[in-house]
Amino acid sequence: MRGFLLLAFSLVTTAHAEFCSPDSQNAFKVRLSIKTALGDNAYAWDASEEYLFKAMVAFAMRRYSSQKTTQISNVLLCNVTDRVSFWFVVTDSSKNATTVPRGEVEAAIRMTRNRINNAFLLNDKTMQFLKISSTLPPPTESSVPIWLVVFGVVLCLIVAGILFLIVSGIQQRKKKNKEPAETKNLEEKCEVTVTIENGMPCDTLNLKTGQINGGYEADDERFTPL
Amino acid sequence: MEKSRPLWDNPLQFVFACISYAVGLGNVWRFPYLCQMYGGGGFLIPYLIMLIVEGMPLLFLELSVGQHMRQGSIGAWKTISPYLSGVGVASVVVSFFLSMYYNVINAWAFWYLFHSFQNPLPWAACPLNSNHTGYIEECEKASSTQYFWYRKTLNISPSIEENGSIQWEQAMCLILAWLTVYLCILRGTESTGKVVYLTASLPYLVLIIYLIKALTLHGAVNGLVYMFTPKLEQLANPKAWINAATQIFFSLGLGFGSLIAFASYNEPNNNCEKHAIIVSLINSTTSVFASIVTFSIYGFKATFNYENCLNKAMLLLTNAFDLEEGFLTADNLNHMKEQLMATHPNEYVELLPQIKNCSLEAELDTAVQGTGLAFIVYSEAIKNMEVSQLYSVLYFFMLLMLGIGSMLGNTAAILTPLTDSKFLSTHLPKEVISGIVCFINCIVGLTFTMEAGNYWFDIFNDYAATLSLLLIVLVEIIAVCYVYGLRRFEKDLHLMIGHKLSWYWKIMWAFASPLLIISLFIFYITDYILTGTLQYQAWDATQGHLVTKDYPSYALAVIGLLVASSTMCIPLGALAIFIKRRLKREHRSTVA
Repeated sequence: MRGFLLLAFSLVTTAHAEFCSPDSQNAFKVRLSIKTALGDNAYAWDASEEYLFKAMVAFAMRRYSSQKTTQISNVLLCNVTDRVSFWFVVTDSSKNATTVPRGEVEAAIRMTRNRINNAFLLNDKTMQFLKISSTLPPPTESSVPIWLVVFGVVLCLIVAGILFLIVSGIQQRKKKNKEPAETKNLEEKCEVTVTIENGMPCDTLNLKTGQINGGYEADDERFTPL
Repeated sequence: MEKSRPLWDNPLQFVFACISYAVGLGNVWRFPYLCQMYGGGGFLIPYLIMLIVEGMPLLFLELSVGQHMRQGSIGAWKTISPYLSGVGVASVVVSFFLSMYYNVINAWAFWYLFHSFQNPLPWAACPLNSNHTGYIEECEKASSTQYFWYRKTLNISPSIEENGSIQWEQAMCLILAWLTVYLCILRGTESTGKVVYLTASLPYLVLIIYLIKALTLHGAVNGLVYMFTPKLEQLANPKAWINAATQIFFSLGLGFGSLIAFASYNEPNNNCEKHAIIVSLINSTTSVFASIVTFSIYGFKATFNYENCLNKAMLLLTNAFDLEEGFLTADNLNHMKEQLMATHPNEYVELLPQIKNCSLEAELDTAVQGTGLAFIVYSEAIKNMEVSQLYSVLYFFMLLMLGIGSMLGNTAAILTPLTDSKFLSTHLPKEVISGIVCFINCIVGLTFTMEAGNYWFDIFNDYAATLSLLLIVLVEIIAVCYVYGLRRFEKDLHLMIGHKLSWYWKIMWAFASPLLIISLFIFYITDYILTGTLQYQAWDATQGHLVTKDYPSYALAVIGLLVASSTMCIPLGALAIFIKRRLKREHRSTVA
């Protein structure tokens, strides 16, 4: 009985070693950076965490493929290092002694990547499945680019300012043109009233030479001759 | 009755206008570069000497000519001697070239400003490629900030021959920039006088905020120490002195006619001597202040990149050898590298090409100037700060204020002679003249928004103004000292400012400054001749960095045309007047 158990155990371990070893067919390397992600709240990587990992991979396989027969025991882990990094492979229980093809595992993991990351409080960068490309989140784009909105606002302000200045400039110029015409009218009115009020008729003043004030005649010699 | 000349509301507006014009992008992106290249703190020595020998005297000269003649550059030089009308025309031509390409920088500042209202900043991360599995290749090879500048902003072509199409986003920003300039110059000094309060003071406010922030950044001290340790052996390098002289010269904006234009709107008895000293001192102080900010930011960026590099190397080794997380630290990295090389030689040798040697010195040594500094290095530093949107908005708003302030001076240099001319001012109101000038500049400026536009921008930036300005200012100073006569000018100034000129100004004007400009001129010409073919930096998208290429022949022809069209105005102007007088004399002699 004991011999039989020993034989079975050794068969399992050799099978285990056959399927799961670095760079073996259909195996993937996983690398976790728990301290980088969580700092002081980092948890230690132990056997329970490994059990959770196996459970998540089995969950991913069940979600992806129609066959709901993947068990936790189908997921094999090996070569766990201090980094924390390890290799895993998924065996196919329906077909004996084979592993699930690479493409299927990759597709399954990609589909449920978010759930797997969240189970370990990590993200795509801190929980790396090497050789499984992650779908990067698309950038949040609004329907109208924000810069156009700001551009439109500034443009409207400046055009409004220009129009305001031009219009007020035209109005100012119109006022200036009106003013000389108005003052001309006022001057004419004044002339009419002055001639009447002063008593002196305009006609006497209408001399070409004008009036000479005798009081200043003596000063004529002061001016230098041209 | 003659329309009285518009005046500044008060002398403060005039000082602010000069400061706003002189303090421009050169203070922010050229002076720190020169400081770094030519001996750090030691560069201040040639800089200050050149300020005293060249900067202040030439600034005072231009301001006093403008204030005395009370006309723009063409009229002012015509009054000094009719044969010098070509000098005024040359100034206008150079200002025209400058305003054509300078406003494109404002367009870029608008573009970055509008894009700063997003979270995260668009240059913070590389965009994803088409099938969302990774980042775009060009962005990975270069960096996200370089990608945003070269691809998203400029959409630059691989060489100057491939023109490409006009980028509509850049064209829209350029039109907006010109509308902004038009708004500010629309009413002449009335509107300009109010705007310069903002454009002169707001940049200082932003610089102070940045100084406080930059000094608190991690690693800023590294940059400051690097900058201010004087490398006095650089003083023996003649290039340091030549660059100091060139920087003072172009930083003050001499020879464009803008200072003459601004001064012509002064009261006749304004003390422009005091203002010249104030403006030149403020300009130089701002340069030093801006370089303190820049070097703090450099230090922050270099430290950030250095630590990133170390982290990358540590991650690579940790993953390759499956070591425990946190086992490798910055301190034991070198020691552990040696250990790993000893224990696992084969794997280590495989990894060797991927592990870069990280050096803080190398990061600090990358000296950048010009648009590269303003739009790539600064935006890279900003994206790593907290609340990066706020700092981004502040920074690009400051660039915009500096740029618009300088544009006000440039357009004043073009518009003042035009509005002074009786022919144009009687037929067209000044709003229409300003509008036409802005419109023409905008249309020509659209060439700089094409895919190869940045290469043409570099041509204009390097060659449109340098030689021509030196010649213009040389002719100006010789004209004032020897043609008009230094004694006569001294008497005019005595009337204007109310006290006698000190011997310092007279010696500088008569001997020191002309000699300095002649030596600069000779140096530049010999430099052009010795370098032979002119080359430019082209962006290679496949490699993700700049490569050097030769200019094609038509680009060289454009360069020659740029330099010739402004310098030839001086002799042609003199010749034209000479012929006109000859014809008049002949006509008079035939008539009589």
